[in-house]
Amino acid sequence: MQHRHACFSLQCPYWVSKPFLVILFYLLQVWNHDFFWESMKPRGGGGGKPSEDLLKLIDRDFGSFEGFVNEFKTAAQTQFGSGWVWFAYKDSRLDVGNAVNPLRSDEDKKLVVVKSPNAVNPLIWGYYYPLLTIDIWEHAYYIDFQNRRPDYISMFMDKLVSWEVVNSRFENAKATVEQMECEDERKRRQEEERFTIDEAPANAVFPDTDIVSE
Amino acid sequence: MAARSLLIRKTLATVLRRDSAALGAPAAAHSRGLHTFTLPDLSYDYGALEPAISGEIMELHHKKHHQTYVTNYNKALEQLHDALPKGDASTIVKLQSAIKFNGGGHINHSIFWKNLAPVREGGGEPPKGSLGWAIDEHFGSFEKLVQKVNAEGAALQGSGWVWLGLDKELKRLVVETTANQDPLVTKGPGLVPLLGIDVWEHAYYLQYKNVRPDYLKNIWKVINWKYASEVYDNESS
Repeated sequence: MQHRHACFSLQCPYWVSKPFLVILFYLLQVWNHDFFWESMKPRGGGGGKPSEDLLKLIDRDFGSFEGFVNEFKTAAQTQFGSGWVWFAYKDSRLDVGNAVNPLRSDEDKKLVVVKSPNAVNPLIWGYYYPLLTIDIWEHAYYIDFQNRRPDYISMFMDKLVSWEVVNSRFENAKATVEQMECEDERKRRQEEERFTIDEAPANAVFPDTDIVSE
Repeated sequence: MAARSLLIRKTLATVLRRDSAALGAPAAAHSRGLHTFTLPDLSYDYGALEPAISGEIMELHHKKHHQTYVTNYNKALEQLHDALPKGDASTIVKLQSAIKFNGGGHINHSIFWKNLAPVREGGGEPPKGSLGWAIDEHFGSFEKLVQKVNAEGAALQGSGWVWLGLDKELKRLVVETTANQDPLVTKGPGLVPLLGIDVWEHAYYLQYKNVRPDYLKNIWKVINWKYASEVYDNESS
């Protein structure tokens, strides 16, 4: 995340990158807040539980639903300064350019709880699919709870989270990841067909083998 | 008789060591040679800065927010005090962010309370003397300084502070911002804070809602330039 922010400022002159970062901040905050409103169900109609599929993964990655709730609440309570806490589905891709995880399995796709400062959103980091968020900027709770952030977080988890929405985001995330996997597979097969070892240029080195063509 | 008092003293020491949380950390900490930080008192009532800053905000800000920083700072320092002799490297490193955040919060707010004063005690009166001249020299005029501080404070994304500082090495005044509870010294070891304005939302939200620029416009009415001038005179000699 730091790396990507550095890119914005190092590759552009200051008079371009500064206003760009300001615009980015507002763009991100718009997205974050839209996502936040949609994560909630009004008039105490929230609460409820995740779907069976989601619950299975929650049990696998957090031990239990209560384990997940605890981790989410702790993250929200311990974020220093302004920011957001996210419940997200993380794809198993490696965090490197075009690299494809050669041994990908469903086990590698995880549910995670992550914190982000100010306007940062896990989408920037790549391969995160946000399912739920809580705004922990002070403006989100100060009028009703003043400094009592833990009370705000508990109230949110117990009464406001719309699990319907979280469940449907989870289904979308899984579908998107599956689609990307098929795309990757298709591209990989295309590359292979296009370029067999016999037709390789002299001295070609194949990155995933020791074969050097003669 | 002596044996009994010895027994009582020994029991007391054991109790202090084991139940430091229950009896009060200060007691236990002092007995181990660790300095305990305390919440400084304000030299004015919570309501004395109205209408610039409401009494409700001042009370919450001082009694709850600053107190929490003090409490958590002491807790982190105690844990550091325990980890250091053990050479527990990962704990020592893990504690750094809590120390920076809570310690910074204590430092910054302690300065902030001294930066404010009720109008009847000189709050709002522009600086005279050497600080006044330095401001004119470095910023052109007092109004230009206010403009700059307000612009930087309003533009700060998220939580943080806007400062008027003295750069001791370059011998000039600077306007700087820091994020979260980072003290001014994190922007440069030679920087001395003269005036800090808290732009965390808890500093203004109950009264000004999201209109941070209004808070910044009004806070100048209760800024205590006497304190800033004192610090400036001491540090620039």
